[in-house]
Amino acid sequence: MITSLILFWSDLSPMVWFGLKLAQVAAFVLILSVILAFLILMDRKVWAAVQMRRGPNVVGPFGLLQSFADLLKFVFKEIIIPAGSDKFLFILAPLITLVMAFLAWAVVPIAPGWVMSDINVGILYVLAISSLGVYGIIIGGWASNSKYPFMGALRSTAQMISYEVSIGFIILTVVFLAGSMNLSEVVNSQAGGFYNWNMFRINPYNTYGWWNLLLFPIMFYMGVLFFISALAETNRPPFDLPEAESELVAGFMVEYSSTPYLLFMFGEYLNMTLMCAMFTILFLGGWYAPVEIGVQFIPPVFWFMGKCLFMFFMFAMVKAIVPRYRYDQLMRLGWKVFLPVSLMSVVIVSTIVVFVGGTS
Amino acid sequence: MLTVISFYLLAFTSIASAFMVVSSKNPVHSVMYLILTFFSAAGLFILMGAEFLALLIIMVYVGAVAVLFLFVVMMLDVDFAELKQGFLSYLPVGALVAIILLLEMLMVGATYFAGETKTVVVRDAGITNLEAFGQVLYTDYAGVFEAAGFVLLVAMIGAIVLTLRKRDGVRKQIPSEQIARSKETGLKMVDIEPGIGIE
Repeated sequence: MITSLILFWSDLSPMVWFGLKLAQVAAFVLILSVILAFLILMDRKVWAAVQMRRGPNVVGPFGLLQSFADLLKFVFKEIIIPAGSDKFLFILAPLITLVMAFLAWAVVPIAPGWVMSDINVGILYVLAISSLGVYGIIIGGWASNSKYPFMGALRSTAQMISYEVSIGFIILTVVFLAGSMNLSEVVNSQAGGFYNWNMFRINPYNTYGWWNLLLFPIMFYMGVLFFISALAETNRPPFDLPEAESELVAGFMVEYSSTPYLLFMFGEYLNMTLMCAMFTILFLGGWYAPVEIGVQFIPPVFWFMGKCLFMFFMFAMVKAIVPRYRYDQLMRLGWKVFLPVSLMSVVIVSTIVVFVGGTS
Repeated sequence: MLTVISFYLLAFTSIASAFMVVSSKNPVHSVMYLILTFFSAAGLFILMGAEFLALLIIMVYVGAVAVLFLFVVMMLDVDFAELKQGFLSYLPVGALVAIILLLEMLMVGATYFAGETKTVVVRDAGITNLEAFGQVLYTDYAGVFEAAGFVLLVAMIGAIVLTLRKRDGVRKQIPSEQIARSKETGLKMVDIEPGIGIE
């Protein structure tokens, strides 16, 4: 059946293939959006539970339809465009944020073979796209022609650029261990059980032998750093300086209302889920089950989604329990702690890979 | 068919936006068009099968260089009408540069169509662009590559040295000191007599 499927795909004329791919993308975007609606609700519910509140519980059973009610509310409000603003860029900015957030999902493998585009430089693609996400914020802040948004945009840009550097180095260590920039192969390199996952490399029976005992603390630490950098990269608390309400009202989103605001918020949550997926792929073995026996009847896609959900839960918990950082502390953490540590790890891991693993 | 359409679309976009970089009135719009130019250039690279170069262009130029451009342009208070005043006086120099560039491009095109191009070294089959780059960059040209990195390092240190200034009276947070504080050094227990106060 699979061979016939491959034949079916390769026999198609480019135009038909293009159309089918477009339909596939549309379906994926739709499914992702619906999942995201419930994830937003989960975020609010977790937040509420930590604060001993009930959270949204009026719309639908247990408030399940709250996100859809919010969607309707946002869409039906009037779009207010400030008088002195740059209209074109003002509208363009939220669109950039949303499109970039969706674009990066194109290379994320959800299960074996379930990937929109299985390119060889998948990780580089994700890095490139996430570095483009800054534009939505900086353009939005500038086009508003107002002081708070501008300050928020400047903060946010500086923050995202700073943490991108350390994220790049952290990802490099994983790339070295996997020997490929293809995300599917990164996942495949962690097959076999949780002791092969990059987060917990304690299996001494692979290529690196007892060197895994040195790799384990480094990679575990890299995983923790990646999680914290991901928080900063997606402007989540405790690093939500761009929209610190006590200082900047709502940062770069001050002047936005109605649908454009919705797009900003949607893009932000989408970036969060992307970071959860990236963490799952890079450190938690993607779609592989934690143990090799007994649980194989569960399809891979559920393992992937379960791990993503766990990471999302962690994101939500951090929002609920950690106070906001001060801006200079944030920058110091990025440049003086994360960058040297991750750079050092790149040196150590690459040395081990070359001299012990033998992949030169 | 799809490739041809994409090529003309990307080529037209890159040239048109490159023109708009120069001609647009607002400097921020100029940078936006510059980003669009980089983007279409990256698209052209993808059409040629050089996906690694394309993503590198997006990461380095669009993701970092153009953001810094945008930063500087947004922070500067540039009056473009004032800048345009000197347009005629700069025209000869600009025209000279343009003519030199045009001649260079014509020469490249002429050598290409005369068939005098250098033979292209085809990479081995089954090797990705990334591996091909790595094999050349870190073996044959390792020295030059390191030298390029060193030049960048020197430039970075130069920029830091030029802008670093020491000021007195700046309050600074030193985390190690804060963490090193203990209960004994940070806390003093005092028995207060009623109506007397502390020291």
